Amino acid sequence: MLELNRITSGYGAFTALWDVTVRVEAGEAVAVVGPNGAGKTTLMRVISGLLPVRSGRLVFEGRDLTGEKAYDVVAHGIAHVPEGRRIFPALTVGDNLKMGAFLPAARKHYRESLERVYTLFPVLAERPTQRAGSLSGGEQQMLAVGRALMSRPKLILLDEPSMGLAPVMVLRLFDLIRRVREEGYTILVVEQNVRQVLKIVDRAYLLEVGRIRMEGRASELAEQDFVRKAYVGA
Amino acid sequence: MIDPLFLLEAVVNGVLLGGVLALLSLGLNLIFGVIDIVWIAYVDLVMLCMYAVYFMYTVYHWNIWVAGVTSVMAGVALGVLVHLLIISPILSSPPINQLLATGGLLFFIQSFATLLWGTDHRSVRVNLPVLEVGGIFISFPRLIAFALSILAMLGLYLFLTRTFVGTAIRAVSQDRDATALMGANPLRLYLVTSAVGGAMAGIAGALLVIQYAVHPYFGGAFGPLTFMICVLGGLGSMFGAFVAAFIMSQVISVGGVLISTEMGYVVAFVIFIVLMFVRPGGIFAKRT
Amino acid sequence: MSWRRLAAALIIAFLAVEPFLPLGRMHEYLVHVIVQIFIWSFIGGAWSLMGRFGLVSLGHGAFLGVGAYATCLLWNFFGLTPWVGGLLAVLLTVALAVVIGYPCSRFQVVGHYFGLVTLAVSEVVRLLIIAERDWTGGSLGVSLKPAPSDSSVWALQFADKRVFYYVAMVLWLFGLWVWVRVDRSMASRAMEAIGEDETAAASVGIHVTRFKLGITVLSAGLTALGGAILVQYLAYANPDTMSGIGVSLRIVFAVVLGGMYSLLGPSVGTALTIALSEFLRIYFGIKLIGIAETIYGLVLILCIIFLPSGIFGSIRDSLRRRPVSQRIISA
Repeated sequence: MLELNRITSGYGAFTALWDVTVRVEAGEAVAVVGPNGAGKTTLMRVISGLLPVRSGRLVFEGRDLTGEKAYDVVAHGIAHVPEGRRIFPALTVGDNLKMGAFLPAARKHYRESLERVYTLFPVLAERPTQRAGSLSGGEQQMLAVGRALMSRPKLILLDEPSMGLAPVMVLRLFDLIRRVREEGYTILVVEQNVRQVLKIVDRAYLLEVGRIRMEGRASELAEQDFVRKAYVGA
Repeated sequence: MIDPLFLLEAVVNGVLLGGVLALLSLGLNLIFGVIDIVWIAYVDLVMLCMYAVYFMYTVYHWNIWVAGVTSVMAGVALGVLVHLLIISPILSSPPINQLLATGGLLFFIQSFATLLWGTDHRSVRVNLPVLEVGGIFISFPRLIAFALSILAMLGLYLFLTRTFVGTAIRAVSQDRDATALMGANPLRLYLVTSAVGGAMAGIAGALLVIQYAVHPYFGGAFGPLTFMICVLGGLGSMFGAFVAAFIMSQVISVGGVLISTEMGYVVAFVIFIVLMFVRPGGIFAKRT
Repeated sequence: MSWRRLAAALIIAFLAVEPFLPLGRMHEYLVHVIVQIFIWSFIGGAWSLMGRFGLVSLGHGAFLGVGAYATCLLWNFFGLTPWVGGLLAVLLTVALAVVIGYPCSRFQVVGHYFGLVTLAVSEVVRLLIIAERDWTGGSLGVSLKPAPSDSSVWALQFADKRVFYYVAMVLWLFGLWVWVRVDRSMASRAMEAIGEDETAAASVGIHVTRFKLGITVLSAGLTALGGAILVQYLAYANPDTMSGIGVSLRIVFAVVLGGMYSLLGPSVGTALTIALSEFLRIYFGIKLIGIAETIYGLVLILCIIFLPSGIFGSIRDSLRRRPVSQRIISA
């Protein structure tokens, strides 16, 4: 479904990704793990169009999306839940979800999507008029995911979803991601919490200093070596 | 002592004036709140719309409502033009350049208007009675202007809270990248914001021209007043501008009756300066 | 670059003896224009002391107006020599600057917001001048009462404009000297740090409020001085040409076009804008009222959009092929 072919990208004079190749098949859940500063967030931003590509190609469902602007990429069916959630703090929960359905195609099914999100995240259903900025970290994460679902995507990008969450929330979060996955969405998740994320994905890539060092099935990689590598970066 | 009825009339007139001032301030604030640029020439755009009404109604004898709609359309056109020609190129320039660009526009519009139409004051005379309610006199045009400005502000409120585009405009002022991730083009949203700001200017123009005569330097009186209201209310805060508009209009109106018209303005401005000391961010400060 | 030295020497020589050059009927007019350029360059330089550190004031018309009117009215009503009157005017302006500057400095009012506040202040001054028409003459302005004798140092009025020429030149040179002193001082480093990041600067022990206020006061005081000299030269004060938005914007335009961060930038910019407006005025005369201003405004807008680092800056960029560091002032 999604293919990044030898992507090189960065910020200004700095190159953050070198020759990165990543594949995600429809219906899969794939993780990209790696230490801090490896380029995981850069990867997400390249896919969603927030960051331009220097060389390489980005293909989604057979379409070449290299160089497309972020607001066009969404229309193709890729939803990005950014690092740090980036919910709209002064808007209500309901308005945040409404923004998620901004795309004309998504607007037609607005009510339906809203129902679905509220069923999946009852916490949000309880407080639709609350200012999003006053929600707890975990609630904001749910809102961010729910907002992404409102655009009726085919692929969901999750950037460090467990960041800043209390351990209890982290467990609930990964359970949530598993449920979203069960709904039929394809997921690409970037995470530092290797142990937890490997439990819910099919395959994983290890990204270190901008390059893919390793890839394989989650079950195989959940052994000591890989985990140690990801945590220590050695 | 002053006749209490006179004072009451001043208060009422102050409220009526406040309506249109609030409308002006909301337009300016909307644009600043979203795009982060102050249109110094905003009230001069209003002045151009006032001329549009003058020509449509007084010169070409179209129906006053048609003239009013023309004013709004002119406002939208101006908002879009200014955005495309002047604002877009300088979106990422330092604030001083942005201020100078809209400041230069002020020079340009005022002198262009002088060139086209001269410095004569033009009035739009609408044949409407002066109401008398319980001994105080209320000008009917002023009352209508107030009612329409309230309606316009209500319309703006509904637009911003109920529609998708309006919500997107509120969103882009909070997080531009995240808005792009929703499938909304931030630059296009800015354009829409400018168009809406222009529309508000058009409405304000139509409402002002039936109360005040228009001339190229009209912005010289109402411009600084509008800025002051926005600053007082907290630049970027719509609600703040709304409240501040009515406060200022009261001071001007009552001060004008108690002392003199000009001193009324001066007192309002001095109060503004004092309030700057007390709450420099404005009463309902949101952004600095 | 020896040709640059030669050009500079020629310009300096020209300026030094200009009043004595036999240029016929053009002569008086040229002296008049150059005096204006000297004085307004001085004022522009005063503004740039704030502008280059991120304190973009759109209200210098207020300081100019107070300086000019105070000096003029103290002489007209009390016979107070402008030497003292000007000093009092400067002090009054400094007080105003503190009143505005203190809350702004203390509470981090910057960027567009600061510009708007200062804009409002200049309009307050303008309207106050108009309102108090009994002793300010309102929008018609006020003339400086003529001194008992034709030329008087006591009254700082001279029949021979050439004296003013040299007075203005001295003023201008004084302004350049102040600029250099500020540029080389600790204050300059501190203000740059503040411009980059106020909180960080404060955490290193820089007394942010004191520095910002200090620069504001200096800038305002100098502007007032410029206003005092200007009113003495023109022997006339008018609220629209000496206070209000129009004046404030013109000052800022001239400096930004010339180059806000350099010593001679304000002077170059002022010379160019005054030359442009004089040219337009002469060319169009009294036909098509407003065309001169319209073109002026258009030129200014185009310059801002296409020459963001100013004319001086742009020329320097193309000569050196190295981008002039332009600090991004975050709003």
